[in-house]
Amino acid sequence: MKLELRNITKRFGTLVANDDISLTLKPGEIHSLLGENGAGKSTLMNVLYGLLQPDEGEILIDEKPVKFYGPGDAMAAGIGMVHQHFMLIPVFTVAENVVLGHEPTGKIGNLDLNAARKLVKEISDRFGFDIDPDAKVQDLPVGAQQRVEIIKSLARNAKALVLDEPTAVLTPQETDELMDIMRGLAKSGTSIIFITHKLREVQQVADRITVIRQGKVVASPSPKASASELASLMVGREVDLDVKRKPVKIGAETLVVKELTVLDDRQHQMVDGVTFSVHDGEVLAIAGVQGNGQTELAEAILGLRKIHSGSIEVAGQDVTKSSVREVLEAGLGYIPEDRKKDGLVGEFSIAENLMLDGSFGAPFAKGVQVDFAKRDEIAEKLIQEFDIRTPSAQTLAKQLSGGNQQKVVVARELGRELKVLVASQPTRGVDVGSIEFIHEQIISARDAGKALLIISTELDEVLALADRIAVMYRGRIVGIVDSKTTREKLGKMMAGIAA
Amino acid sequence: MSKKELKLAELEPESKEVSVLKEIMSGDPVRIALSVLLGFFIGAIFMVVFNPDVVKSWSNFGADPNYALSTVWWTIQDGYGALFSGSIYNLNADNFINGIRPLTETLRFAGPLIMAGLAVSLTFRVGLFNIGATGQMMVGLAGATFVSTRLHMPQVIHMLVAVLAAILCSMVWGIIVGILKARTGAHEVIVTIMLNYVATDLFTYFLREPGLLLEANGGGTPKSDHPDGTAMMGALLGPSFKLNYGLIFAAIAVFVYWWLMERSTFGFRFRMVGHNASAARAAGIKVENTFVWALAISAAFAGLAAATQGLSMDGGLTTSIEAGIGFDAITVALLGGSRAGGVVMAGLLFGAFKAGSSSMQVAGVSPEVLGVVKALIVLFIAAPPIIRALYRLPKPEPKVFAAIQQAKAAKVIK
Repeated sequence: MKLELRNITKRFGTLVANDDISLTLKPGEIHSLLGENGAGKSTLMNVLYGLLQPDEGEILIDEKPVKFYGPGDAMAAGIGMVHQHFMLIPVFTVAENVVLGHEPTGKIGNLDLNAARKLVKEISDRFGFDIDPDAKVQDLPVGAQQRVEIIKSLARNAKALVLDEPTAVLTPQETDELMDIMRGLAKSGTSIIFITHKLREVQQVADRITVIRQGKVVASPSPKASASELASLMVGREVDLDVKRKPVKIGAETLVVKELTVLDDRQHQMVDGVTFSVHDGEVLAIAGVQGNGQTELAEAILGLRKIHSGSIEVAGQDVTKSSVREVLEAGLGYIPEDRKKDGLVGEFSIAENLMLDGSFGAPFAKGVQVDFAKRDEIAEKLIQEFDIRTPSAQTLAKQLSGGNQQKVVVARELGRELKVLVASQPTRGVDVGSIEFIHEQIISARDAGKALLIISTELDEVLALADRIAVMYRGRIVGIVDSKTTREKLGKMMAGIAA
Repeated sequence: MSKKELKLAELEPESKEVSVLKEIMSGDPVRIALSVLLGFFIGAIFMVVFNPDVVKSWSNFGADPNYALSTVWWTIQDGYGALFSGSIYNLNADNFINGIRPLTETLRFAGPLIMAGLAVSLTFRVGLFNIGATGQMMVGLAGATFVSTRLHMPQVIHMLVAVLAAILCSMVWGIIVGILKARTGAHEVIVTIMLNYVATDLFTYFLREPGLLLEANGGGTPKSDHPDGTAMMGALLGPSFKLNYGLIFAAIAVFVYWWLMERSTFGFRFRMVGHNASAARAAGIKVENTFVWALAISAAFAGLAAATQGLSMDGGLTTSIEAGIGFDAITVALLGGSRAGGVVMAGLLFGAFKAGSSSMQVAGVSPEVLGVVKALIVLFIAAPPIIRALYRLPKPEPKVFAAIQQAKAAKVIK
C-alpha cells in the first residue's frame, strides 16, 4: 500500500498547525517523522487517523483520494496507530485485547476466543513477537505490551503503522528489539511512520526522514546525517548538545540516603534498601527504565511518600519523618517528573506558580496577605533570568508550551536558596532549545557548589549531566559507576545485570 | 454530543467527569448570563402555555390571530412586570417610599442568600462539592435561638453574642465534615447530605424539649419563644422598611470573602488545593488540613446567614425559618461562579425572585414559574454542552485549545 498525504493544511483559528505538508509512505518503508513538541507532528497524525479534518489537501491510498471521518475509517483503510500511552485493558488477556471491538463470533453470536487466540499466535509467530495469547496484559513487561499494541493493528490488517514515540518507555535492549521488529515488519511489506525525538534511533532504522518545524516540512535529510545536523534542522539553528562544565571541588555530603525502603499505594516494595549520597558540587544521576522505583524514591525524599525503613538526611538534618514543608525548608528543591500533576497549577498565572511553595512567609507574603508587588517583581526577574517565553507574568501556566512550563518549575526551584536539588525527568516533553537551557541551569547550579540528584530515564540526558551514575532496577541500585561508563554497560545494568 | 467531541475526550488523560465538574464550578460569566436568559425565556413559555386565556384565544386562532398573539405578549408582560414591580420599583405606588420598598425587600431577602452562597462558594474553590449549608444553618439557628431566647443581655451586645454563637455552632458542624473527609476519606457530598438531616432533626428536637428551646407554655409544635428584642437585627432604614442590619453583615461578609480568597495567603492555598491538590501537596501544603480549614470558614459564613435570618423574623423560631436558603445557596454559588461579585449578583437575583413572587401571585401568574426558572438556570449551568450547542459557542477543546494558546504565546515573543 502506498500512502500519500498531499498538501495538508490544518488551521486552528489563526494558527497554522500544518502548512502545506506533503508526505509519501512507500510500501515496506520506515519513514521517520522528526520534529519538536508543537511542530505539528501530532496534528498531522490526527489528520491521517481521521481525528481531525484537513482544511486543505488530501490523503491518497494507492493514488486514490480517501476521506477519513474517524479512526474507524482509517483502520478500515489499513492504517494502524500505536499510541504513546497504550490503549489496553490490563485485566484482559492478550487475545481479548487484540480482538476488542471486532470480536470473532461463533454460530450463535458467542465470543470465539479460540479464533482470537489463533490470530494472536499466528501474528506473533510470523514476526517473532514471542507473545502468549493467554497472558494477562497487566502481567506483561512494557515492551511486550507495546508488541500487543502492534499485534492489535496487524490483526486489523494494517498496512501502514504509525508508531508515536514508541521508545519512550523502553529499556535500551527493548528498544533494540523494537528496532528489529520494525525492520522485520518493513521487510514483510508493512510501512511504518516512526515518530520520535531521539536522533540515534532515527539514524538506526529510518529509510527516509522528514523534518517538520513550525507546521512546515523543512527538510528531508539522508538517514546518514549526523545527530547534530538533524538537531539543527529540527530546531532551526546550530545546536550544541554538549554541556560545558567547570571542574569543581567536591564538597560535603549534603543528601544522604541510607537503606531506604519505600512501599507504593498497593503496599508493593518499590524502593528496596537503597543507599547513596550526593556531595556538594556533584551531579548524581539515577538511570533506569521507568517504573523501577525512581518515582517512589523521589517522592520519599520530598516527604510525599511515607518511608517504611531507612533514613534521609538533607544538609545534616534528619528529614526521615519530616513533612514536605519541613523538607523544603531544610533546603531541598524539587522538580517533579510530571509537571502538570505535581509541579504547576495550570489555572494559576506564572507569577502565582512561581510562589507556589512560598506562601508561608517572606518574600512572597506579608503576614497573611500576599505581597502582590513583590510577587510580580520576583516573577519578572525570574522570567528574564530563566528565559520564560510568555506575553506576561499574568499569563496562565496552562497556556505555555511544555518547555516554558518546565522553565517555570525550574525557575521556582533554582530561584530560591537551596542546598540540594532533586529533579525527576527534568526535560521530559520539552523542546530542544529548552533542554539545552535547562541542562545549562542544572550544570551551573552544580558549578555553584550545589548537590544535585537527577533522575532520568533518558540515557542521553544521564550521560550529558552526570558526574556519577547510579542505575536502578526493581527498586535496588544495581551499581554506582562513573560518567565514562559505556552505553552498552549501562544498558545491561538497566536490565538488572550487575556491573 | 457529536462523534468528534467524544474522541477528543478520549485523547485527554483527565477524565471527562472531572473536567465537566470543573467547568461547572469554574463559572464562565458569558455562559452563566446565557443560562439566566434561557431560563427566563423558557419560564415565559410556561407562563403562556398554562394560562387559560391564552389557551382560549389560541383555540380561536383562525378567527382572531391578532388577539391570540397579543394575549401571549400580555401574559408575559404581566408576569415579569409583576416580578419587576414586586422586586425593584413599584410603578403604581403613590409615593417614593412605597415605590422603592420592593427593592429594599429584595435586599432583605438577598442578604442571607449571599452569605450562604459565599459559604458554598468557598468550598467550591477548594474543590469540595459541599452541600451542607442547610445543616450548618440549622445548627447555627439553634445556637442563635438559645442565646436570643434563653440569655438576657443589653442591646447590640445580645445580638452580637447571638450572631457569634450561630457562627461557632455552624463551624463545629463544618469541622465535622472536614475531619471525616481528612481522616477517613469520606466523600463530602454524602457526609453533608446526611448531616443536613441530622442537623434539621436535632434542631427540631431542641425545639420540642421544654428545658431546651421550646417556647414557654408551648405544646406539641416545635417552636421557640420570640427572641428578646435586644437580640434582634434592628431596622436599617427606619420603621417603614423591613430591611435590617443583616445587610451590613452581608456586606462585611462579601468583603471578607473577597479579601480571604483573592488577597490572603489562605485563599492562595485554598485555590491551589482546589485547582491541583497534588501540586499543592508537593509545594508543602497539607491538603487534608486545608479541607478542614476551608469547611470551618465556609460554615462560619453559613452561620452568619442563619443568624441574620433567624434574628430578623417576627414570632418564635422554627426550622422553617431556614426557608431553603441553604439549598438555594448552592445555586447562588454556581450562578455567581464562586466569586464575591458574582455571588452578590446571583444573591440579588434570587432575592428578587423571593421578593417578587407574591406580587406575581397577585397579578394572577403562578409564582411557581420562578421555581422553574431557577431550576432551569441551574440545569443549564450544570450542562455546559447544552448552552454551547444552543448558542453555538465554541467548545474549549482541551488539546487543540492549549496548542492554539501556546502558539499565540510564542508568537507574541518571536
